[in-house]
Amino acid sequence: MAVIPQIALQVFRESVRDKVLYNLVLFAVMLIAASYLIGQLTAGQDVKIIKDLGLGATQVFGLFIAVFIGIGLVSKEVERRSIYSLLAKPVRRYELVLGKYAGLVLTLAVNIAVMAVALYAVLGYMAWVETEEFRQSWEAPATDPAMLLAIFLIFAQLMLVTAIALFFSTFLGPILSAMLTFGLIVVGHFNADLRNFENVVDSRAAAYLAKVLYYVLPNLAPFDVKAEVVHAQPVSLGYVALTTGYAVTYIGALLLAAMFIFARRDFK
Amino acid sequence: MPRYAIRLQELTKDFPVGFWRPRPVRALDGVSLEVEPGEVLGFLGPNGAGKTTTLKLLMQLIYPTSGRAEILGRPAGDVEARRRLGYLPEQPYFYDNLTAEELLVYFGRLFGLSAHDARSRAATLLDRVGLGAARRWQLRKYSKGMLQRVGIAQALVNDPEVLFLDEPMSGLDPVGRRDTRELIRALKHEGRTVFFSSHILSDAEALCSRVAILVKGRLVATGRLADLAFEILGWELIVTGTDDGILTVLGLDAVTTVADGRFVINLPVDRPPDQLLPELGRHGLRVVSLTPRHESLEEFFMRLVEHPQETAS
Ligand SMILES: Nc1ncnc2c1ncn2[C@@H]1O[C@H](COP(=O)(O)OP(=O)(O)OP(=O)(O)O)[C@@H](O)[C@H]1O
Ligand SMILES: [Mg+2]
Repeated sequence: MAVIPQIALQVFRESVRDKVLYNLVLFAVMLIAASYLIGQLTAGQDVKIIKDLGLGATQVFGLFIAVFIGIGLVSKEVERRSIYSLLAKPVRRYELVLGKYAGLVLTLAVNIAVMAVALYAVLGYMAWVETEEFRQSWEAPATDPAMLLAIFLIFAQLMLVTAIALFFSTFLGPILSAMLTFGLIVVGHFNADLRNFENVVDSRAAAYLAKVLYYVLPNLAPFDVKAEVVHAQPVSLGYVALTTGYAVTYIGALLLAAMFIFARRDFK
Repeated sequence: MPRYAIRLQELTKDFPVGFWRPRPVRALDGVSLEVEPGEVLGFLGPNGAGKTTTLKLLMQLIYPTSGRAEILGRPAGDVEARRRLGYLPEQPYFYDNLTAEELLVYFGRLFGLSAHDARSRAATLLDRVGLGAARRWQLRKYSKGMLQRVGIAQALVNDPEVLFLDEPMSGLDPVGRRDTRELIRALKHEGRTVFFSSHILSDAEALCSRVAILVKGRLVATGRLADLAFEILGWELIVTGTDDGILTVLGLDAVTTVADGRFVINLPVDRPPDQLLPELGRHGLRVVSLTPRHESLEEFFMRLVEHPQETAS
């Protein structure tokens, strides 16, 4: 187990040197900053728009980072054969999977933190330049701590997506893994619709299938509390805990499956 | 101390080939082999013989279809065994955006070295393989031969008792080859077991106490090279400081002229160089190099198949 932190740190080191990552983070930060200008154009709505755009950018760019780095790290290692010398070291295959995952989560945490700081900085500047009366008209304060809950749930969602990407990349090439992961992200945001599928169709088999899919496929919509936070509606800690619990369970299952598959694989 | 450093028992590996209806193709067929501690074994065979497959099975990068591989008395893939071995993969490739030093420190830390020890180990090893000056370069800037040297250095990071080298000489320039030979000799001298694959007979001649010859997935011969009766087909002699006239006087005909007064002479088996060399000296010729021309591993194998009694096994 002592090798897991070493592998995780190595993942982090490798990804902070990745130009793709830099560009994505830079672009996200620029977008967050630009939302200030957009806010200026639409008087009265401004803080909401900045919050909405900022959280949206954090989520979308976070997803890109999670998928590209999540897939790249394992399948690149297999494809370029660097795994040969790595697995000849005293590293068990499941330790490699766990180390890679931990490193990805660390990378994501740092990236999300950078984007969150950028968002709060823009909002803080906003509050600082506006007049007192104008500030009174906002539903929630500009640097509302409730946004941290939304950011935390985005992070939990990205951890789940990273686990999906890692899972696929333990047995598929990078392109197929990326396609399937993006597919599941899309499905995951509309998954809740499957639950009510039986009201729409007559076929019992189809309804049953929809139910199975509802429970098996990841459900990502609950991680999105952007609208509530932006409109100053409360998000209960119980809800956050429950959603996080769902993520942890799903991630656990995915990592177990990934370790199982990876341990049996031939590296030809 | 286990009796054998390396032991293969009836090791067999099938690869599924074909996309729609994969059928197994046997890459390795019932290979049994023992290597004693401190031995340097040359694992020889033509392209596609199954050398890399055997090494991958020993590293448990792939799983055998049947049979067993043991290292230091433990099954292949055992983490305790892996603490005590080093492996150079074929055409090694590492991480583009790490420097050679960072790579070795990372690998050293996987063996439980402290950051400080790992750094000094990295510096020593990179000097040993002649990469001291390039150790802060990212590996993307390394040439093939330089990567091969990094590969050798990383195989030594844990001061291993047993070394597995898959074609250690490939991609190296003459100096690199010489250095690697010397390195392997030094490893042998230090009492380590070395298992190296090659398809070049002369590498094995210079280094091995014993060879194992693999052809089409089967072990066709093991033993000391001298006992294996490789047929010598003649010698290649390169001399300088003469013109064709003198060579004709000496009765040598198969001569190719290369630039600046050098000649390549193909000596047939019935003109062994022992007698010829003093004569050359008397005519003021200098010998640049002398290399025996062996039959190739394939030719050896063909002969083995056709007349099995001729060759020791
Ligand atoms: N992944 C694979 N799928 C199918 N066949 C394979 C695979 N890997 C190796 N083989 C086959 O197994 C046989 C042995 O290959 P191997 O790479 O072990 O040879 P080798 O002795 O290392 O050759 P070389 O000297 O060229 O490196 C070859 O016939 C090869 O085609
Ligand atoms: Mg090979």
